[in-house]
Amino acid sequence: MFWRVSIGIAAAQLSHRRRQTIVSTLGVALGVGFFVATSALMSGSEKDMVQRLVDNAPHITVKDEFRTAAPQPVFAAYPAGAVSLSNTKPREYLRGVKNHGAKVEEVSRQTGVIAASALTGTAIVRYAAKDVSAAIAGIDPEKERFLTTIEEDMRQGSLMRLRTASQGIVIGEGMAARLGLGMDDLATVVSPEGIVRRMKIVGLFRTGNLILDEGQVYMLLKDAQVLLDKPFVANRIRIKIADPDMAEEMAADLESRWGYRTESWQEVNRDFLGLFVVRNVITYSIVGAIMAVAAFGIFNIISTVVIEKRRDIAILMSMGFRGSDIQWVFLVQGVFVGMIGMVMGWMLGLVLLQMLGTVEMTVPGLMDKQKLPLEKGLFQFGVGGLFALVSAVAAAWIPARKASQVRPVDIIRGAT
Amino acid sequence: MSEAIVELRSVTRVLQEVVPVTLVRDIDLTIHRGEFVSVTGPSGSGKSSLLYLLGLLDLPTSGHVLIDGEDTAGFSPDHLADIRLAKLGFVFQFHFLLPEFTVLHNVTLPMLRLGRLGEKEIRERGMSLLADFEIADQAKKRPEQLSGGQRQRVAVARALANDPPLILADEPTGNLDMRNSEIVQGIFARLAAEQGRTVIAVTHDKDFADSAPRNIHLVDGRIESDVKR
Ligand SMILES: Nc1ncnc2c1ncn2[C@@H]1O[C@H](COP(=O)(O)OP(=O)(O)OP(=O)(O)O)[C@@H](O)[C@H]1O
Ligand SMILES: [Mg+2]
Repeated sequence: MFWRVSIGIAAAQLSHRRRQTIVSTLGVALGVGFFVATSALMSGSEKDMVQRLVDNAPHITVKDEFRTAAPQPVFAAYPAGAVSLSNTKPREYLRGVKNHGAKVEEVSRQTGVIAASALTGTAIVRYAAKDVSAAIAGIDPEKERFLTTIEEDMRQGSLMRLRTASQGIVIGEGMAARLGLGMDDLATVVSPEGIVRRMKIVGLFRTGNLILDEGQVYMLLKDAQVLLDKPFVANRIRIKIADPDMAEEMAADLESRWGYRTESWQEVNRDFLGLFVVRNVITYSIVGAIMAVAAFGIFNIISTVVIEKRRDIAILMSMGFRGSDIQWVFLVQGVFVGMIGMVMGWMLGLVLLQMLGTVEMTVPGLMDKQKLPLEKGLFQFGVGGLFALVSAVAAAWIPARKASQVRPVDIIRGAT
Repeated sequence: MSEAIVELRSVTRVLQEVVPVTLVRDIDLTIHRGEFVSVTGPSGSGKSSLLYLLGLLDLPTSGHVLIDGEDTAGFSPDHLADIRLAKLGFVFQFHFLLPEFTVLHNVTLPMLRLGRLGEKEIRERGMSLLADFEIADQAKKRPEQLSGGQRQRVAVARALANDPPLILADEPTGNLDMRNSEIVQGIFARLAAEQGRTVIAVTHDKDFADSAPRNIHLVDGRIESDVKR
């Protein structure tokens, strides 16, 4: 019951100085509101980007390369010997992943894993006296839609038509526009090996990524092998797994078993992922600064109240209130301000999210206008609220403690 | 004579300032239950200081303060606060009411803190205390809307809230005009005579001092005379 007295006194003192209370409450509310909004935006865009990274490309790519040049056989023969070699050229291997069919079959046996061989290379696409250099990908259309999101980006035709049409290709709308090509037109494709083929446009895609839209050509693996003059060869194994977070581990495992350079999506995007850490540090610093300012506001108002109310504190203590009762009176004021600020901040956050939700903007590198990716999770509200409460209580703690240490006789002696 | 309610044994209080100030010096004093004692003396003679020591608001530099025969030396601040809450009622020269609260709420605060009565009983007791001092009609007002005499009566009502056996008053009529001063004086006389409370009142007012059966006169922090009539 007695703690209700402390709360009653706290409430009375707060409502008595309504203006300052509202100002310091607004400070907290701003902090919480902006935290909710920025953090929703930041983690929303992070999730969105990571999702894109994870979905757009295979999780793991096995390449027909090695991380380090193969050692000369003589070094293997005499590991402890004093051997020196100069002016040697490493032996040229026939490029390509050996036994790619068996390897694909092997990894595909694991649950949730989809894998396919691919052959990549370059070629020139020519039409009506214009030409564009292009990256060629010889793929398996049935599996490609699980490996990348290209299927979702198809504007006309489809990847599956590669199967039915003979000598079909799928290109980006950007390339089609540059060459003046349309659906079912026949383009000339010229490989560095000098092979020239006339191929039919069976699909047009638009990903929003200029590099792909103007420079990527998909065809059947078999067609690519002919075009690039590499029969039965594949130089990539592309793998999608159930849990993208396991990609690094699995890539390391495959690399140690097969020897080929095997890249996980994390490895490919490491600098990008590092950027998120920096971004989060910046976000939390700014929000932390807003909260610190709000906390100083609370500290300020409660310190002022404590000084102004010294007489009241002394009289309460002379009446028989304990130091801890007095401490509660002022702590509760901090909690009040923190809680009201928290609730108001949540509402402000909701309004800000509503507003941000209507904003459309152009993202560099992508052509389409994008809605801002927002993550409207309970997490943001929870953390924002926790921030508010903790900083309010921390800010109130020091003056409250000071108030509890007031010696009433000093004040009463001075006052009478 | 009845038992002692508060007792000072060779109490000295020195303020440790740059130049140490002795507030009271080597005081021996016993106050019995039901006594009405006035404390007089020139300004600066240590009357207030003595009252703070009797009321456990201040601690002696040396000597002992006994309440109900119990030595309070070494009691924690919380323990002392609990004794003040249940056994003591202070009335100061200035009313010291809390400005945010209504008159009634001010009077009920000590009871709410003590928590012995229910909320409804507390309100009823608050109202009846106010009625005793003929200010029940002011219950819902804030202190600043009252006259000086009315405020001081509220302060007395608050001091009585937890029905303490000992009332300590520091110049309770100091700020009041003649008429109000007489009213408050009358209240203190009645508290002692009719309700059997112990009342110790510091005053400059000769009439008030003479109305008490016992008078302690201080000079320079010492008891110069202790007269019972
Ligand atoms: N805070 C202080 N610092 C230094 N000296 C003090 C302080 N408070 C009181 N004194 C001194 O202590 C002595 C006793 O003061 P006290 O207030 O007890 O006197 P008093 O009898 O109540 O006087 P008055 O009738 O004016 O109220 C005085 O000499 C005063 O100057
Ligand atoms: Mg005095």
